[in-house]
Amino acid sequence: MPAESLEIRELSAGYGPTVVLENVSFTVPAGGRLSILGRNGMGKTTLLSSLMGLTKRYGGEIRLDGTDVASLKSCDRAMRGLGLVPQTRDIFRSLTVEENLFAGLKNRPRSAIAEAYEMFPRLHERRRNLGWQLSGGEQQMLSTARTILGRPSVLLLDEPLEGLAPVICDELMAALTRLASTGEMTILLVEQRIESALDFADAVLILERGRIVWQGTSEALRSDQDLVEQYIGVGSLH
Amino acid sequence: MQVIAKSRPVASPPKAAGHLVRDGAGLVLILAAGAAGYWLFPDNLALLTRVIAIALLVLSLDLLVGYCGVASLGQATLFGAGAYAAGMACLRGVTEPMTLIAIGAVAGACAGLVMGTIMLRAHGLAQLVLSIAIVQLAHEAANKASAYTGGSDGLAGFSPSPLFGTFEFDLWGRTAYLFGLGLLVLVFIALKFVVASPFGVLCRGIKEDPVRIRSMGAFVFPVLLKMFVISGAVAGMGGALAAISTQVVGLDSVSFELSANSLVMLVLGGLGSLYGALIGTVIFMGFEHVVSAINPFHWMTMVGALLIAVVLVAPGGLGGLVSRLRPRLRGRNGEQP
Repeated sequence: MPAESLEIRELSAGYGPTVVLENVSFTVPAGGRLSILGRNGMGKTTLLSSLMGLTKRYGGEIRLDGTDVASLKSCDRAMRGLGLVPQTRDIFRSLTVEENLFAGLKNRPRSAIAEAYEMFPRLHERRRNLGWQLSGGEQQMLSTARTILGRPSVLLLDEPLEGLAPVICDELMAALTRLASTGEMTILLVEQRIESALDFADAVLILERGRIVWQGTSEALRSDQDLVEQYIGVGSLH
Repeated sequence: MQVIAKSRPVASPPKAAGHLVRDGAGLVLILAAGAAGYWLFPDNLALLTRVIAIALLVLSLDLLVGYCGVASLGQATLFGAGAYAAGMACLRGVTEPMTLIAIGAVAGACAGLVMGTIMLRAHGLAQLVLSIAIVQLAHEAANKASAYTGGSDGLAGFSPSPLFGTFEFDLWGRTAYLFGLGLLVLVFIALKFVVASPFGVLCRGIKEDPVRIRSMGAFVFPVLLKMFVISGAVAGMGGALAAISTQVVGLDSVSFELSANSLVMLVLGGLGSLYGALIGTVIFMGFEHVVSAINPFHWMTMVGALLIAVVLVAPGGLGGLVSRLRPRLRGRNGEQP
């Protein structure tokens, strides 16, 4: 499935009676990359979950190449082209690496999992291991590869670097950057490691209490230390 | 997709040779156990055929409980559907054994379709209660429809024709036993393919995290319903085998007690393992047979004690115990991270 543009209009969503996101609007062009930043609890994960249909939507539109998918169930959204790599990774612990990958194939042939092994050779070495036997980095690779195997047109990555060793972070970001450079997917990245997020994407938005408080380019944010300190809470960027 | 990090040459998808060898060895073991039963217990072949029929029921239950996480205490509904369908067909002149098994499978599959459609509307405890309600309703329906089912007297007076036109169903139960053993092996092979297929993997994924499976683009309800139909076909074949071998179908074939016992056998052997289902059935029915002969009044107490011991010592069932012990016997192979 080729990359598609993603347009969010006035999206409000939350959990039960609690509204977390309020009137969020932004656009990512087909094949574009957007990093979403913000402190903990500001609605970043809720935003990705809402795009995937995993939260309660109170209003707004989610347009994939102009088609509103906001009323679709999560499985229909996935078939339509959205793919989420969740923060919790959500690999199937009782299945082997290979079986986890099979589960992500949608209607593609079994042989397609060779693509995942090409992307992350480590998974090939671990293909017979059960999910619970993997390290955190391997679980993240598996979760990412499983989603990418379904060939989403828009890939949603929720804090893929959380809790990983620096060397694994570098490996994972290199893989994602090269994947993004192919232009086959539109990618939204939620990440707490600001340097990595700014290196990855050209465009950035900052969420504060469920609202977008700033949108711009990575370079603009990088050069505005006050803004970074105010909304993200880090002292400096290198 | 682009090549991103090649730390070593990338091989083609892994070969399944190891699994084939293991499954082949498992089948040889089943056949060897079946042959041993035939030669060692020639006077108990009727009981052993009953064990095979119930093993099919427990395998069918494992597909739902062990592989899909669907709670059920009404599996005998599917078994009974197959048994009554085969018995009624035989009474109406369809006496060829293979055809009767096929009729049992279709009846079980249809019952599975109905049962699944109802049960999959609920989850957890509510699902379990629904399954109990369904088996009780089916039991009562079989009792009331005595014109067709024989009611509490059971459905009797039918006899299947010789197997392949040659082998009579003899008084000692040899033909029925060998027929049942062949059927069990064929069903077992078929189920091995089912659970190893992408469909089977999807079912196990649903058991573990249905929300995640949905967000990956899979539709949970049709997948589970398909498994209900497959499970019904397997249970229905078990029921038909029981009808052919005993030439009577009683209300006990569609009872809550049989459903509960089959779940106990599955827990005993280990959920989510086809071998576990077989092991649980053989151990439970063998134990029941021996202990009830030794102490006809308190044998259930001993069965209960066995269950408590297994649950405490091997929470994953006897099949799970074997899996846990295997690495210790072999020594660690270095695959652990």
